[in-house]
Amino acid sequence: MKTISEHILDIVQNSIRANSTLIEIIFEENKLNDLCIVTVKDNGDGMDEELVQLAVDPFFTTRTTRKTGLGLSLLQQHAKQTGGFFEIQSKQGEGTAVRAGFRISSIDRQPVGDIAEVIYLLMLSHAEIRWIFRHQAEKGIFELDSEEMLKSIEGVPLKHHRIRDAVIELIRNNLDEIEAMK
Amino acid sequence: MNKIKSLADLQKLKEEVRSQIRLRENSENPEQLVQVKVGMATCGIASGARDTMKFFVEELERQAIDAVVTQTGCMGFCYAEPTVEIKIPGKEPVVFGFVNRQKAEEIINQYIKKGKMVDGIIPLSFKTIDD
Repeated sequence: MKTISEHILDIVQNSIRANSTLIEIIFEENKLNDLCIVTVKDNGDGMDEELVQLAVDPFFTTRTTRKTGLGLSLLQQHAKQTGGFFEIQSKQGEGTAVRAGFRISSIDRQPVGDIAEVIYLLMLSHAEIRWIFRHQAEKGIFELDSEEMLKSIEGVPLKHHRIRDAVIELIRNNLDEIEAMK
Repeated sequence: MNKIKSLADLQKLKEEVRSQIRLRENSENPEQLVQVKVGMATCGIASGARDTMKFFVEELERQAIDAVVTQTGCMGFCYAEPTVEIKIPGKEPVVFGFVNRQKAEEIINQYIKKGKMVDGIIPLSFKTIDD
């Protein structure tokens, strides 16, 4: 994966498979600690302790199409390479939170990438799930709730190219305004 | 055009767009639409599946083809990523491998629009003489 947003697109597939109806994607920048914590939190099936231990193993997966599952282990590797941390908190029947901390100034820290496009694609292809995207930077916080967004465009399809451009622009403009990390 | 920053801006744009939309005869019933599923697992994303999905979303909309583009998990063909499954109403789903923008364009123009087979299909099921 070349960017953090691509990791998110990957990890989120786990949340979707876990039958989540609410998925939160959160970026918390802390310049003082030189840390950016990226969280993917869902209200899906959750995992018991044993499963949480196994989840990061690249040779473990619950899917049936093949025998490896790289998403979590790759994310953990990238976070740790920057001198950050990685943890999974999960409770069966309640949900899972995957938290990856990246050292912002580390030379090994990947760029965030096109997160606006990723958020749009997720909201478009899984409109039955409620998505909440939040980015907390030094200069402010930006939050987008798919429920509210869909309400404001009611009557027009989300896939319409002008709506698509507008939603992506909306996210980008707001992230620029709070000087979100790139 | 003013910068779009708030949901209120988005709503204003929506009103503008709504007045311009042609009413389509087809209902939004999923079985009647072409379904495009792009493999978006680790292998897919690393091979550029996001670009492929973006292309399908933009091009199908631009050509006003009634379709639903979604992501799916790993289909098991990691060596051939990006992979895309196309389900045309009334036909069996077909999986294509190595779908970059060029291939995607070919798939849309040849297979989806005209029903012509395109190179690069990954066989999902086959019948032998004994079946």
